[in-house]
Amino acid sequence: MFAALKKKETYSHYFATLKFALYCITHPLDGFWDLTHERRGSMAAANTILILTLLARIMKLQFTSFIFNKVYWPELNIFLYLASVLFPLALWCVGNWGLTTLFDGKGKLGQIYMATCYGMTPYPLIQFPLILFSNVVTVDEAEFYSVMSAISLVWAALLILAAMMQIHEYSLSKTVGFTVGTGLAMLVMVFILLLFFSMISSGVAYFVSVAREILFRM
Amino acid sequence: MKKMMTRFGALAASALIAFGSCLAVNAEEGYTYNYDYWGDVQYSPDTYKVVGVYTSVELGLDTLMNNPTGLFIHGDMVYICDTGNNRILEIRRTDTEKFELVRIIDSFKGNVEVNTFASPTDVSVTDDGYLFVADQNNHRILKLDMDLNYIMEFDKPTDATYNQDLSFLPSKIVTDTAGRVYCVATSVNSGLIKYEEDGVFSGFVGATPVTYDFVDFIWKKLSTKEQRAQLESFVPTEYDNIYVDHEGFIYACTTHVAEQDLDTGAADPIRRLNMMGSDILVRNGEWEIIGDLYWGDGGGYKGPSLITDITAFDNDVFVGLDKVRGRLFAYDDQGRMVCAFGGNGNQDGYFRRPEALDHMGHDLFVLDSLDCSMTVFTPTEFGNDIFQAIEQFQNGEYTASGESWQRVLELNGNYDLGYIGIGRSLLRQKRYREAMDYFRLKWDDDNYSKAFKQYRKEWVEEHIVVIFLVVFAVLCIPLAIGKIRNIKAEIDRADIFRDFSA
Repeated sequence: MFAALKKKETYSHYFATLKFALYCITHPLDGFWDLTHERRGSMAAANTILILTLLARIMKLQFTSFIFNKVYWPELNIFLYLASVLFPLALWCVGNWGLTTLFDGKGKLGQIYMATCYGMTPYPLIQFPLILFSNVVTVDEAEFYSVMSAISLVWAALLILAAMMQIHEYSLSKTVGFTVGTGLAMLVMVFILLLFFSMISSGVAYFVSVAREILFRM
Repeated sequence: MKKMMTRFGALAASALIAFGSCLAVNAEEGYTYNYDYWGDVQYSPDTYKVVGVYTSVELGLDTLMNNPTGLFIHGDMVYICDTGNNRILEIRRTDTEKFELVRIIDSFKGNVEVNTFASPTDVSVTDDGYLFVADQNNHRILKLDMDLNYIMEFDKPTDATYNQDLSFLPSKIVTDTAGRVYCVATSVNSGLIKYEEDGVFSGFVGATPVTYDFVDFIWKKLSTKEQRAQLESFVPTEYDNIYVDHEGFIYACTTHVAEQDLDTGAADPIRRLNMMGSDILVRNGEWEIIGDLYWGDGGGYKGPSLITDITAFDNDVFVGLDKVRGRLFAYDDQGRMVCAFGGNGNQDGYFRRPEALDHMGHDLFVLDSLDCSMTVFTPTEFGNDIFQAIEQFQNGEYTASGESWQRVLELNGNYDLGYIGIGRSLLRQKRYREAMDYFRLKWDDDNYSKAFKQYRKEWVEEHIVVIFLVVFAVLCIPLAIGKIRNIKAEIDRADIFRDFSA
């Protein structure tokens, strides 16, 4: 493994795949087709984009001008804040995979993850400059900021839609349908997780109280 | 013996600890508080302290007061409407703490049928020496001179716009400098009744706009006639009390507010009306002017604050009186809360049924109709500093205002208005960079933007050369590089060199 790290080809492939994200966001249909079918994307690049997205989220908290982003620090939990990206992402990938495998979607779980991460590229790409921009504008010019911010989200959403369409080899209407379906699947999973955790905690509480009782009697 | 001493010592120590912790709890739950940017309650040092509570005994009355409801202050004279005894008390404030009964007005001279009052509810005195009395159960507003001679009266409007089925029960009156009389009458919801100087009814002023949304409209369309009758009808709210400020604008308050309207910000319990009757109250604060933001139903009180009376200082700070929790809420000219204090109870500074509020200078007078007492408040050092800072800013003494706010902050570091006040003072002194820091601390984005705009302008003007060079470099260097590359490529491709490479 370390031997691989020393080779120049490893890095050149990594950088080539990372650079391919820039091609994907401007040519989504073509780009996302090549991403999996021509193996022009890599997990490492996908992870990098995800990490950049998370970094953008955190940097946004601290460095965006308070005009646009007023943070109530006493109630902020940075792990929960990051989970607000990671948890829906995980649910999305699993839900989408679970649903599409049943309806001859061609994408594998890893590929769904990779394509989704590639689809998020506009977010860090726009948000990082916006952090700088926010510090040189006043409330009167706030519109520019909110419009750019909205663009980064809408663009990413459209890209993810295109990505799903290409890796599953679906038509547009089918993709939209399955996106809605994935949303429902995510809700079901959240419900089951809540149920699971509440049952586990009651179960644990039961054994804890039994143990307490025994200790108390002894 | 020694053992006993230690025991005693331990007991004393534990008592001290218990007492100490009790004190700590008291310090946390203060009498005076404010809301910060996030709407969190920030307890503050007291802005007002009680000078005294004056009951019938202190005022030297033979007959005890009975349900007093009206309070008016003119100069150093205090007028109390002793509604239950059908009389008006004229009291002079001779010293900070001393009040002296001047006379008891229970009848007047003049050629009218009834020369006494029946449940007088409010009184007003003008600068040119006339006394106006809302003589509720005699259905009239009386105008008397200071020797109690009958001048004229204002009766039930005969105009068609006034619902003639309603009996005329004036409850609160004010007079403006032109001698016009504005009246709040019971169950009249078209606004304030306005009389010209000669007693002619000249219409209603400041009716609250009727608000309803699309959902209400749909519901009304869908419901049957019976259901519709049960629904709340869309009628304007009636006012509870009024006050004319030093500029002649009318502050009006109403207790007829629905909880959900306060939640959505649709209801305005406090308004400032101009001559046209439109609301011109400045609402630049982070929170609505509705008194308490949280309506926990502790201690048997629930629901929103109901502002039953209002008064305004000459520095445009206005104070509302909440009859639910017996609290006073002061707001500055921008509609930001200055302080909130008071409560229900029997101690000095607490009320049982606060009914009326007025002010003398910066001193506040609250009339309690159940306790039959008048509580007099005067600002503490902290309160005086706040008012001084506000007034200095209004008079254009920006540097001095900043210093006053600094003193305020020394007494209370959690006082948001202090930081913003210093920021505004720095802004006026053109010290934009420092002002920005103060505004940022208290999340004041509007003022921050004002300061930042100026700072940015200055910065750009100072660094124009550098900016120009950077832009020039960014634009020209890639161009130059491209050019050089082209030349290099051309040289490489040139025919003369082909032979050498071959």
